[in-house]
Amino acid sequence: MKISKEEVEHVASLARLEFSPAEIETFASQLSSILEYVEKLGELDLAGVEPTAHVHEIVNAFRDDVVTPGLTNEEALMNAPYPEDGCYRVAKVIEGE
Amino acid sequence: MSSELTLKKGHELRALLDGGEVSSVEVARAFLDRIDEIDSKINAFLTVTADLALEQAEAADKRIREGRVKPLTGIPVGLKDLLVTKGVRTTCASRILENFIPPYDGTVVAKLREAGAVFPGKLNMDEFAMGSSNENSAFGPVKNPWDLERVPGGSSGGSAASVAACEVPLALGSDTGGSIREPASFCGIVGVKPTYGRVSRYGLIAFASSLDQIGPMTRDVKDAALVLDAICGHDPKDSTSIMKEATDFAGALSGDIKGVRIGVPKEYFVEGLDPEIERAVKDAIAKLEELGAEVKEVSLPHTEYAVAVYYLLATAEASSNLARFDSVRYTTRVDGSDLIDTYKKTRAAGFGEEVKRRIMLGTYALSAGYYDAYYRRAQRVRTLIARDFAEAFKEVDVICSPTVASVAFKHGEKTSDPLEMYLSDIFTIPLNLAGLPGLSLPCGFSGEGMPIGLQMMAGPFREEVLLKTAYAFEEATDFSRVPGL
Repeated sequence: MKISKEEVEHVASLARLEFSPAEIETFASQLSSILEYVEKLGELDLAGVEPTAHVHEIVNAFRDDVVTPGLTNEEALMNAPYPEDGCYRVAKVIEGE
Repeated sequence: MSSELTLKKGHELRALLDGGEVSSVEVARAFLDRIDEIDSKINAFLTVTADLALEQAEAADKRIREGRVKPLTGIPVGLKDLLVTKGVRTTCASRILENFIPPYDGTVVAKLREAGAVFPGKLNMDEFAMGSSNENSAFGPVKNPWDLERVPGGSSGGSAASVAACEVPLALGSDTGGSIREPASFCGIVGVKPTYGRVSRYGLIAFASSLDQIGPMTRDVKDAALVLDAICGHDPKDSTSIMKEATDFAGALSGDIKGVRIGVPKEYFVEGLDPEIERAVKDAIAKLEELGAEVKEVSLPHTEYAVAVYYLLATAEASSNLARFDSVRYTTRVDGSDLIDTYKKTRAAGFGEEVKRRIMLGTYALSAGYYDAYYRRAQRVRTLIARDFAEAFKEVDVICSPTVASVAFKHGEKTSDPLEMYLSDIFTIPLNLAGLPGLSLPCGFSGEGMPIGLQMMAGPFREEVLLKTAYAFEEATDFSRVPGL
């Protein structure tokens, strides 16, 4: 499976990463060889084999709906790069107005 | 006295502390001095918390005087730097978390704190636990105490090197595809990866959530059992942790392994396995037989697919887990032209090359058009790998194999070829995919004097037979040694 530079750029954008043209070249070649290696999974007949997402058969782990102490507002914000008025400040995301 | 103290194992320190022969403060000072003296050679510590350690040691001495002692009271434990520690910088060996001060303790950290353990500091690792050589740390590689030109293994390289070099008697690591067992093998120590769900992952910065598990890295099996007893147990904060009664692994180390059924998987003794390692492991299996175990060949036919499955599933989970590093709630921020551009610039500057490579691979495997061909297919092959083990464990109690196909390699030897590096985990990955417990313990040395590791694997929640078998081997042999540094 050869992966093109355009595909690398597309995946980088999905992953919220950005690369220099030289890095794109390197990734295209390294990802191609890794994908070529994983092609070997295509050899197997998987008819009737269910996927495993998780090894234990826990379906849902519920607890009682009781309020327990959590982080304070101050603690939750202590690592934020731009805290403001007890909130996280981010760039504007909604267009207009 | 202080340098002799650092040669002691955890349970030996316990006896000295309980006998009043030394104080916790003396123990803490001895190990802190040792770190001060040699860590510049091996770079195992990212943060040394001397003040915290001495404060905890004083509290431990008070507990000992008052008779409120638990097995780890007053014993130093090093923590891999992906375990969040309240008020102590936790970096994951990444620039993106360089200044992260967690506002809470992970569950294992809280359990150790309550047990009266002493924390000398946070240990180096591959960034976000992604690597097999500890060359992917943003804060410099760790050196192997047996040979400074070689890698200590990864990703828990700092944990392994610090224990081998007697900077700490005990450490915690985490294992997603071999990250406890491989460095334990390379550094000549014991490392245990518990059954998935045995130990809470709350406060473990996630790499691949369906595979990650925290475990002990120690100088002998008894210490590993003591640490496991301290950290196991159900935690309401981790919905994948399992309800089980309290464990007493340390109490179950009888030394008697008569009738334990040992399986030797033929797929693990193949071309590419270093002949010195093959010999050491086969000798170890013969020793177990001599001690009363029954040995037979078993087959794990899908072993050759494990690395491919792992590098699709682990990267897919990582690409999702690492999406949280968005420069809003924590991490430094690099401002861009809009929010998306800020994400991209922050992440491009904050993550190292291997982390980006895995996020890219995982994002690709999950993206539209490839999901069924890659991610879904890998999950189905994962089922076959788990079935292999389930079949084999109908016939045997413990499966023995090499931990790694080679001894520790040189720095830079595998960095140019990611795939070759990934293949060094071929013997450790299948166990994580099946969610089973395993360990590595020393079973010999190469001609060049590098440690060789024996891997033991068992069925779900069968840590007891695993530790018992390892303990019997350790008692009958003499491979637990300390490197001259």
